[in-house]
Amino acid sequence: MRAFTYERAASVEAAAGAAASNPEAKFIAGGTNLLDLMKLEIETPSHLIDVNGLGLDRIEATPEGGLRIGALVRNTDLAAHETIRRDYGVLSRALVAGASGQLRNKATTAGNLMQRTRCPYFYDTNQPCNKRRPGSGCSALGGISRQLGVVGVSDACIATHPSDMAVAMRALDAAVETVKPDGTRRSIGMADFHRLPGDTPHIETELKSGEFITAVVLPPPIGGRHIYRKVRDRASYAFALVSIGAVIQPDGTGRISVGGVAHKPWRLDAADAELPKGAKAASAALLADARTTEQNKFKVDLVERTLGAVILEARG
Amino acid sequence: MPSTNQPEISRRDLLISSAATVAMTGAAPGVAAAQFADRSMHYTSTISLKVNGESRDLDIDNRTTLLDALREHLHLTGTKKGCDHGQCGACTVMVDGRRINSCLTLAVMHDGDEVTTIEGLGQPGNLHPMQAAFVKHDGFQCGYCTPGQICSSVAVLEEIRANIPSHVTGSLTEQATISQAEIRERMSGNICRCGAYSNIVEAIVEAAGARA
Repeated sequence: MRAFTYERAASVEAAAGAAASNPEAKFIAGGTNLLDLMKLEIETPSHLIDVNGLGLDRIEATPEGGLRIGALVRNTDLAAHETIRRDYGVLSRALVAGASGQLRNKATTAGNLMQRTRCPYFYDTNQPCNKRRPGSGCSALGGISRQLGVVGVSDACIATHPSDMAVAMRALDAAVETVKPDGTRRSIGMADFHRLPGDTPHIETELKSGEFITAVVLPPPIGGRHIYRKVRDRASYAFALVSIGAVIQPDGTGRISVGGVAHKPWRLDAADAELPKGAKAASAALLADARTTEQNKFKVDLVERTLGAVILEARG
Repeated sequence: MPSTNQPEISRRDLLISSAATVAMTGAAPGVAAAQFADRSMHYTSTISLKVNGESRDLDIDNRTTLLDALREHLHLTGTKKGCDHGQCGACTVMVDGRRINSCLTLAVMHDGDEVTTIEGLGQPGNLHPMQAAFVKHDGFQCGYCTPGQICSSVAVLEEIRANIPSHVTGSLTEQATISQAEIRERMSGNICRCGAYSNIVEAIVEAAGARA
């Protein structure tokens, strides 16, 4: 691990300012992904800004009837929150489908959104990776790609975003609240927060330099059946091959967000519109532009079948 | 209280020696090491941890994980280093009452925190009920993962009582229950390469019953 200096941020504005004044600085919250990457020297910050003491660990009702989830709320606390369990079950289910108990006790809401891909070539510092070293090439194309993306991919990168939580938040139309170093605040919808890889896979979110996540806001509850179904190689403690976060209404309409297939939670209006027709129609819309490898083309069938299981469960 | 790092070296000497280490690893090519004499001070921190009820002061490199602080500085070697990447659970300890992977957190981020390690749960002749249950049910072979398994399982029972849901919890709006399925799911962050899982589950079930 490279040496770094360390500070505990005194305020949100101070944290954003400190990050903006040093391009090699990083925020650290739970640290469960960042420290892993620092040990491998994939992340090499020269300065860490510890944001744990900023009081952003509360879940509060919004005037609109939704919930504001503080950026520092731990995954365990979010999954266990009474209102989340009752009104946003897909989020609670997604959280407990991810990582391990120890990790969920540390991992935060904002950190979960900011975690990096688990593409094996991103982790292997001996191999080219456009995300780790821009312009060096993509080893995954033509390499071991079973876990990797099938839609929204580019010639530069076929990595997936590994979060379960984000898939549920996308289904719930959540929005990410931030503050910039100049003190201005904004809200970024989950649809726009994560980017597709394109030619710049190392730029993963819409956040600007020093911009700091303060909260994730959930709109008022929409009812329906909340289902999170995750398909993986082990029964527990594994990343998704495919996962589906769904909110399905009694009339068969609803929302479907897919994990494990793209650089961001994958949800399309056209696919939601097809949902009442069934899994085949909806998954065809979701993956109309799929670009698979020999090793990961099974994910196209797996999305359809997983969605079929989700629809059955919603009716049951 | 004497320095717990290396009692034969003064704190000043220690800071100078770790500063030299940092200068070696942190110096950019062509930059005189002398320039780092001041800056390097910021690469280290002085913290206080409350470990198993006892306050311990530490001078550490900022890079020191909580795991290395416990093992290398405080010589509490019950907590084990397996993968050092949060995948195996051998390093599991409780911080402020919650189980975490001590390999994936920095000691400098825990100034003032209360840490409970396997040494704090029980000792020879005064075993924690979970430790006694692991012995009774042969919940290990080589024993390397065992401290992490036991710290994790003690916390698992607390998490179920606190009604924290898991992936196998049937209803999100009802009280979570203690079952083999719940224990297996909640213990999935602790790997046992000897494969003592069935005995581990039996030990936890018994400890849960004994405390119910």
